[in-house]
Amino acid sequence: MDMTPILISCRTAGAAGIITFFAGIAAAKLVLAIRRDWFRILVDGILTLPLVLPPTVAGFFLLYLFGVKRPLGRFFLEYFGVKIAFSWGATVLAAVVISFPLMYRSARGAFEQVDENLIFAGRTLGLSEWTIFWKILIPGAWPGIVSGGVLAFARGLGEFGATAMIAGNIAGKTRTLPLAIYSEVAAGSMERAGVYVWIIVAISLLIVGVWNLTVLRKRKR
Amino acid sequence: MTGLYVDIEKKLKDMVLRVKFEIGDSDGITGILGASGCGKSVTLKCIAGIMKPDRGRILLNGEVLFDSEQGIDRKVQKRRVGYLFQNYALFPHMTVRENIRIGVQGDRDRKDHLTGKYLKLLRIEELADREPAKLSGGQQQRVALARVLASEPDVLMLDEPFSALDYYLKEQLQIELLEVLKEFPGVVLMVSHSRDEVYRFCSRIHVLEQGRIVAGGSTREVFENPRAVAAAKLTGCKNIVPVKRLDGHRLEIPDWSLRLTLEREIPDWVDCIGIRAHALIPVTKAEAEEDRRNVIACNWDKLLEDPFEVTGILQEGIWWKMSKERWKRELGGRMPEHLRFPERSILLLQSELSK
Repeated sequence: MDMTPILISCRTAGAAGIITFFAGIAAAKLVLAIRRDWFRILVDGILTLPLVLPPTVAGFFLLYLFGVKRPLGRFFLEYFGVKIAFSWGATVLAAVVISFPLMYRSARGAFEQVDENLIFAGRTLGLSEWTIFWKILIPGAWPGIVSGGVLAFARGLGEFGATAMIAGNIAGKTRTLPLAIYSEVAAGSMERAGVYVWIIVAISLLIVGVWNLTVLRKRKR
Repeated sequence: MTGLYVDIEKKLKDMVLRVKFEIGDSDGITGILGASGCGKSVTLKCIAGIMKPDRGRILLNGEVLFDSEQGIDRKVQKRRVGYLFQNYALFPHMTVRENIRIGVQGDRDRKDHLTGKYLKLLRIEELADREPAKLSGGQQQRVALARVLASEPDVLMLDEPFSALDYYLKEQLQIELLEVLKEFPGVVLMVSHSRDEVYRFCSRIHVLEQGRIVAGGSTREVFENPRAVAAAKLTGCKNIVPVKRLDGHRLEIPDWSLRLTLEREIPDWVDCIGIRAHALIPVTKAEAEEDRRNVIACNWDKLLEDPFEVTGILQEGIWWKMSKERWKRELGGRMPEHLRFPERSILLLQSELSK
């Protein structure tokens, strides 16, 4: 039984989860600070696009940008000596891009729900924008942010289409659990696929459990 | 120069806000009286810097906070303006103590000292470690006030300070708040839609209607002689009616089929009069026959009884009110047959104030 897909999936989802979490929060804050309506709607649309596109299409774009002979791919290769396409990094890249909109949208919604008078009160009390962000906005939006983080993590864990496009399906390197399940089924081994399936079901149940806990805590308040 | 000077213009959704006033340090509490949506909260927000006026100037103690011509728009944080929000805006995930402490400038000792001082002043020491959600409305207000005062602003602004409170709590809290505000060294500006509140609290008021100041001055003066119809309405005058000025001493009221004769000279700008429901004097038939001037015969249309007050409405739509105790004692609990308009209580008004 090959255990590497479990390990790869956990590392990928973990790394992608952390990146998405912070990038999503930062993006939400920045987008909300845009004054011009049309510009905000445009940026919002671009950031949300991966959520509505088929993952293979997102993967196609990634391949288009990060392929070894493409501009960004070549840039990374020449200046950093990093080959992104078909490496472990590509699984993280795919998971981040696909799960990012969930985090971004959740964080944005959570920020918007914070009573704006709290922000104004902070300002009239002379608090810096930095203090207001960390001590008022983040705690006020925390339940929504956590919820978005869990959702994004789960989406990253289950990522298949974009990963297959940009990272491929290299055993021991880029073969995550969803890809392993596909490969085993394609090879006619339902039993081995079944083991992977149960593992991913267990992890998903755990995630849903954690998620519900945060939602319940939010209700209690 | 100390005090607050405001002269701003801002286009709002359905009107243009144009206000200009000046408040000195020693003016006591100044009030802005207006119905909801008249622009009074926007005025406070512009002073605080939360909203930006389209044009104008705001000066505080000689310092320019905003000046559209010079392109000055100081950050909220630098304005030193204390703002008591209508919903108090307490930080929900901080304790009472943390709520107050976060706004205190300076080192740790100073923070401890001022936090303690204001916890004590507002008598909320025993609530210090609780979260705002677990406090009553009155307690929340005290915390919010302690928080504002501890940040030591140069001007204090109160946005409808009592609108979120239960009726029976209000009076006690008003007395307490008044005590605390007396000690505040700078300008205190409060906005309210309640004539009772501004009358109690404010030594000077500005009456705001549809974004324009329609009356201003000492509170008593504005209540006694509002001049503008809008101001008369907001100060609670129930009976306001258009009049035709016949000559220097006589008015005709077509709506009430009534003529009034006044001893004083009636200025030619008068096109409405007002009389408060409490000011109408009940007279007997004999008294009315003896002196027919400024008397109306009563055809009662409606009668309302409150615990301590009786209200009657005449067919013409004229409101009359009297304390129940007097009504029982003087009129034997019967509705009067005639009402006299006492000259001193007749408010001479203008429906449209020229700029």
